[in-house]
Amino acid sequence: MLNQTEIERLEAEAVNSAKVRQPLYAPRKKIFPKRAVGRFRSFKWLVMIITLGIYYLTPWIRWDRGPYAPDQAVLVDLANRRFYLFFIEIWPQEFFYVAGLLVMAGIGLFLITSTVGRAWCGYTCPQTVWVDLFLVVERAIEGDRNARIKLDTAPWSLDKVLKRVLKHSIWLVIGVATGGAWIFYFADAPTLFVDLFTGQAAPVAYMTVAVLTATTYVFGGMMREQVCTYMCPWPRIQAAMLDENSLTVTYNDWRGEPRSRHAKKALAAGATVGDCVDCNACVAVCPMGIDIRDGQQLECITCALCIDACDAVMDKLGRERGLISYATLSDYNANMALATAGGTQAIDPARVREDGGRLSDKVAEFHWQKIFRPRTFVYFTVFSLAGLVMLYSLLTRDRLEVNVLHDRNPQFVMLSDGAIRNGYTVKLLNMVPEPRIITLSLEGLPGATMHAVGVDLPEGRSLDVALDPDRLKELRIFVRQPADYVEEQDSRFTFVVEDKASSENAAYRAKFITPEDGRR
Amino acid sequence: MSDTEKNIDKVSGVATTGHEWDGIRELDNPIPRWWVWTFYATIIWSIGYTVAYPAWPLISSATSGLLGYSSRQELTATLDRVAADQADLRAAIGEKPLEEILADETLRRFAASAGAAAFNVNCSQCHGSGAEGSAGYPNLNDDDWLWGGDIEAIYQTIAHGVRFTGDAETRFSEMPPFGDMLSAQETQQIAAYVASLTGDPSDDASATAGAPLFADNCAACHGEDGTGDQTFGAPNLADAIWFYGATEADIAAQIRKPRHGVMPGWQARLGKTTVKQLSVYVHSLGGAE
Repeated sequence: MLNQTEIERLEAEAVNSAKVRQPLYAPRKKIFPKRAVGRFRSFKWLVMIITLGIYYLTPWIRWDRGPYAPDQAVLVDLANRRFYLFFIEIWPQEFFYVAGLLVMAGIGLFLITSTVGRAWCGYTCPQTVWVDLFLVVERAIEGDRNARIKLDTAPWSLDKVLKRVLKHSIWLVIGVATGGAWIFYFADAPTLFVDLFTGQAAPVAYMTVAVLTATTYVFGGMMREQVCTYMCPWPRIQAAMLDENSLTVTYNDWRGEPRSRHAKKALAAGATVGDCVDCNACVAVCPMGIDIRDGQQLECITCALCIDACDAVMDKLGRERGLISYATLSDYNANMALATAGGTQAIDPARVREDGGRLSDKVAEFHWQKIFRPRTFVYFTVFSLAGLVMLYSLLTRDRLEVNVLHDRNPQFVMLSDGAIRNGYTVKLLNMVPEPRIITLSLEGLPGATMHAVGVDLPEGRSLDVALDPDRLKELRIFVRQPADYVEEQDSRFTFVVEDKASSENAAYRAKFITPEDGRR
Repeated sequence: MSDTEKNIDKVSGVATTGHEWDGIRELDNPIPRWWVWTFYATIIWSIGYTVAYPAWPLISSATSGLLGYSSRQELTATLDRVAADQADLRAAIGEKPLEEILADETLRRFAASAGAAAFNVNCSQCHGSGAEGSAGYPNLNDDDWLWGGDIEAIYQTIAHGVRFTGDAETRFSEMPPFGDMLSAQETQQIAAYVASLTGDPSDDASATAGAPLFADNCAACHGEDGTGDQTFGAPNLADAIWFYGATEADIAAQIRKPRHGVMPGWQARLGKTTVKQLSVYVHSLGGAE
């Protein structure tokens, strides 16, 4: 029944295994992940190219917004307090959109985790992506796992020094490029790029590059899996997000155990033998230094490289792939029950196999319909609602606003003809990158007129104000109501702002305070 | 030996501190090395710091530190820097005529906000923090001016004061106490007439009788129609604003024995530039001409 191809056993030990759990104050044991080849590795290369591409190239995308606004597609303009995202421009008071995006990102993480497990950790987390990138460099210079171990234990020689200097130099260059790309999101990228090299950029730019270079280099080159295991809170939270129907990278011991390195001999001796040949391929490729065969572990980022490694071995042996696979806990339990005859006996892989040797039809496999369950539905609904509410609010938001502050002291002024005057600070927000002429007018408050300090216009019930593109204009407005009209109670009236060209308008209900009212 | 053995935690194999609280013992793990070295580094840093900066108290002073730093110097330097930054604007305000300052947006804004600060320090005690005044202290927001409400007149008033003995150019006028010259009835009649200029007097007959008395005694300064004269600082009696109260009793009291406010001249104390800034600020309050 077993194909007798000899599989080389790799000298690999899970350094983060429960069996050899390190004491808390022990130095880190280095991990030398072996190169993996397979479906998931290819997918990860693709994800890496896309995510790195987005990160490095986004600041260079241009987006024409006319002559009064920057033409960078994504720009966080801290100096002018504007945030540009393609066709969206956000003012500081609209920052709740960013908070909304964070809410969506959080719920999205729940949604993804409850369906496909820690896909974020394994594929798209910057820590994972950059460690992968650093490992590419490491492998290219020092070779694969065994060569690296050998080099690491070898005494210092010219060759070792050269390799190490080269590796760390390239890592530092990647770090500088990473930190450098970050600052381009905060200023005009082409200008800043030139300034950066001519020493013209702001000190904070150089400091940011230096800090991010250091973090990239230390996290990606030195700390690696320790960041995930010790620093990141997500591995500890995600346990609450997973349920029995979430996909996790699983060692299917119901078909793998009892593992045997010498299946032929064991079979001849009449022992039961599982699919696992104990070749340690899964351990050797693991970037977290764990043995997936110990079961689900906090350290596992579900990068699925062990699946690729194991599948390759199974292919060589001519057995079905999937000894290590993405599986749900419920499927795993069903299959385990099958292999142990309901938990009454030790695992016997023969129970999950047909007579011909192939896997039995009774073996449960993941079905895509399991993705749709109440939990994921709730996450999806909340996620979509947040998105739709934000989209609606974004499409209907005002680009012309008026804010009014009534003078505090004095609240009113009596003029020599008995008229009452109230002072207001009126702030007009022109939130589009085009100059506009708007009409500010009074609605209500009979007989009242107004004039703006510094604006040379006669008193009236409306005035035209020119607004600069994408700017706030502050006006001092005095509203005056003749004595005959003044009421004892305070009056309410409205400042109406209208852009006649686009017929956008905004209004503010203001209070007009009279002496009687003011004395109360 | 037994003592030491007793102090070894069986589960972790780590020594304990030897104390026991209700069966709970504390592991005596060593402090992490990074922490220890950080701690030593802070000690070394603090020694260097006390040498470089003022630190050790002596009997009458303290060590001044090799770097010669002092927070007072830093404050002085900051103030000097701000003064240097504003030097051009202040110089321009000092040199240019007031009308030009008002016409220049930048100068006007700078002068008004500098004036607001000076106002809060020097003027708000009498005129109020919102320049709203009170009985006997003019409201500077309204359009009723005793000595004139254009920028030059405001400047003149602030610079030299009103009835201020310390300044030869001060504005001066004094209303005589008519209680010595007029009978109580005549005073009441004039008060009724003055009240009738803007409202209803208590007694129309008194008001009518008061008209010729007003023309004889008051019109020389307050004008025949009672609208006052800013040349003498004579208040406008035909408007809605009353300096010492609006009732006939208030008016009569003022006729009998007038009160006169005094304002110091500020040019000698604050200098010409600051007085100009104050003028621009007062002018910006909304009632100026």
